[in-house]
Amino acid sequence: MIYEKHIKVLYIDLKNNKIKIEHREDLYEYLGGVGTASKLLEENMRPELDPLHEDQPVIFSIGAASTIYPVVTKTVAMFVSPLTGELGESYAGGRLALTMFMAGYDAIVITGKAKKPSYITINSNNVEFKDARAIWGMSSDDVGGIIREREPGSGKRSIIRIGPAGENQVSFASACVDTYRHFGRLGLGAVLGSKNLKAITVIGDRNIPVKNFKDYFKVYQEIYKKVTDTEIMAKYHDLGTPINVEPLNEFGALPTRNLQSNKFEHAEAINGETFAKNNLVRKLACTGCPVGCIHIGQFRREFDQGYEYESVSVGYDYELIFSLGSFLGIKTTDEILQLIEVVEQMGLDAMSAGVALGWATEALANKLVTEEDTIVPLQFGGTADYIKAVRYMASKENDFYSELSKGIAKAAARYGGSDYAMNFAGNEMPGYHTGYGSVVGAAVGARHSHLCNGGYSVDQSMKELDKEKLVDSIFKEEKERCMLNSLIICLFARKVYDRETILKALNAIGYECTDENLTEIAEKIYKTKLRIKKALGFYLKGIKLPKRFFETPTMNGTLDEAVAYELIDMYNEKVNELMTE
Amino acid sequence: MAKVLRTEGMNKCIGCFTCMLTCAGVNQQNHSITKSAIKVRTRGGMKGNFVAIVCLACKDERACAEACPSGALERRAGGGVLLNAKRCIGCKKCVSACIVGAVNYDEINHKPIICKHCGVCARFCPHECLRLEEVENDI
Repeated sequence: MIYEKHIKVLYIDLKNNKIKIEHREDLYEYLGGVGTASKLLEENMRPELDPLHEDQPVIFSIGAASTIYPVVTKTVAMFVSPLTGELGESYAGGRLALTMFMAGYDAIVITGKAKKPSYITINSNNVEFKDARAIWGMSSDDVGGIIREREPGSGKRSIIRIGPAGENQVSFASACVDTYRHFGRLGLGAVLGSKNLKAITVIGDRNIPVKNFKDYFKVYQEIYKKVTDTEIMAKYHDLGTPINVEPLNEFGALPTRNLQSNKFEHAEAINGETFAKNNLVRKLACTGCPVGCIHIGQFRREFDQGYEYESVSVGYDYELIFSLGSFLGIKTTDEILQLIEVVEQMGLDAMSAGVALGWATEALANKLVTEEDTIVPLQFGGTADYIKAVRYMASKENDFYSELSKGIAKAAARYGGSDYAMNFAGNEMPGYHTGYGSVVGAAVGARHSHLCNGGYSVDQSMKELDKEKLVDSIFKEEKERCMLNSLIICLFARKVYDRETILKALNAIGYECTDENLTEIAEKIYKTKLRIKKALGFYLKGIKLPKRFFETPTMNGTLDEAVAYELIDMYNEKVNELMTE
Repeated sequence: MAKVLRTEGMNKCIGCFTCMLTCAGVNQQNHSITKSAIKVRTRGGMKGNFVAIVCLACKDERACAEACPSGALERRAGGGVLLNAKRCIGCKKCVSACIVGAVNYDEINHKPIICKHCGVCARFCPHECLRLEEVENDI
């Protein structure tokens, strides 16, 4: 809690409709965010039970500097992932961090299962358990609309909600936050669904006087200037993350058609420029971020004959253009937006959904499954059938889609095709086939995401492979991001928030903290995450990577499988060293 | 010359709320956006347009000041009013008198939150939605 030496935790028990508040002084040293959340996950998780068992917890946590400095906008969710069976960690922006901060909760721990479909409204002085039976089955967009009408607090509230995929416990179901942001990865939506929890509204209107205005505002202004007056953040606002389509394709790092290729011949038709020219209608920001990287694209749909049209707007980003675009051979911006829309309506993680369909397409072509299984003749570029398939995944339409909805690692274990089921330890691959950094980084990353340690960016700066250096820099970054994610800054602003800036920011709000402290905190958090992974049965040396990573060239040439495993071993050594320190 | 806040650039708003955070910070020394004199709202959720609800700097006739029974709202040069907190009894008559809903009420201090047209919000607006305009002194 800001200006206090404790973390305020709200526990919500859905089974008994009870709440509990704890002021945890022992968690204060973790800064908040992923630090607090990992400790709370470690305390509350039940490794012996299924990830979707009602006794498993969901934790939301904000950081030590949430929303009071520019671009410190994220909330972390931690849980046992139904997709990987181990550490579940996902981040979302929107208004959630602001509303938790203003409601006065640093962390929220939700356990149990509601007897009937429910939603909860969390206020600074109340938590209410409400009936959601009538809205069970609705898209997250419709649910947002209904709750906005029913609940007070317009302008100072945030609404987390799941779609049908979450209700049906699809392992990679997402949770939508404030229409355009998501806890996308690793299946938070399914965990909420398993608790019969359709939505969570957080409303905050607490009075929070600034303690030392002069110091605080001086630092605020410095950071604000860095964010808005320098080039550091410009690309995120201008074309946004889709600016990456062009260079990644040019380098030969854009996963295309289930990574059969590292280049997409239609990349120009789906790059950032083309999206901006054809579809961009608006840019938005998370609360407290003057950048505004959220790009909204619009397409026109003819819903009936006789010139009957509607316009549809959805958010787009690089990762979605990769997973629902090049990875599926989709070659127009309109079609990608159509796919994003259905993924959004169903409430799936866009990355896992696209990558899953990529595998399914190839599995069908290779006759591992039949058209009876896939219901529609999935083929690269076939948007209309992919739209149907997204719905089938969300509804677990038949035996095949039920299996696919567990993630491609499990689906491939049953049907075959593991060599081209593009995943890291069960998590579907991100959109970077840059080299050893991207492959090893995601393999060793605590949540097997490109954002764990940014291995793909090491590939782009390292001229020649230096094994020690690569492993070192991934290890260092993995730790550093544990600290950044305890504040919780948006990782897009990681260059704005260097160590010096972070210390200034924390000191100005009364956090006595030194550079060494930050290093210690980072290590402590990382160790906690590693303990959780171990308790949940993850064994890094047991990881098996699909062959295709080593067949399709990266921007740094074709990777040698043996070298990749050697690098993973080297990383594992470092982890062992850290854990025995 | 007097200055007043203008909001005709709100079509460009990205909804970052920096205006509210800095208004509350600078004018009320508070981290809470409930303390801001300017309110950014969406009409119809995140898919709707953003609007800024803030003092329009009424000239000549100022409904909020007219409604004030204790003379706590003094006419401000150029438009709008200034709050003399010592005279304010917290009756909220100004809140209901303002038909655009621009007078916010501070439930902790029991005083209205009155925009001073200081321009902090405009200074920290990253997208040129807000600006200060020089106007004639009307008093």
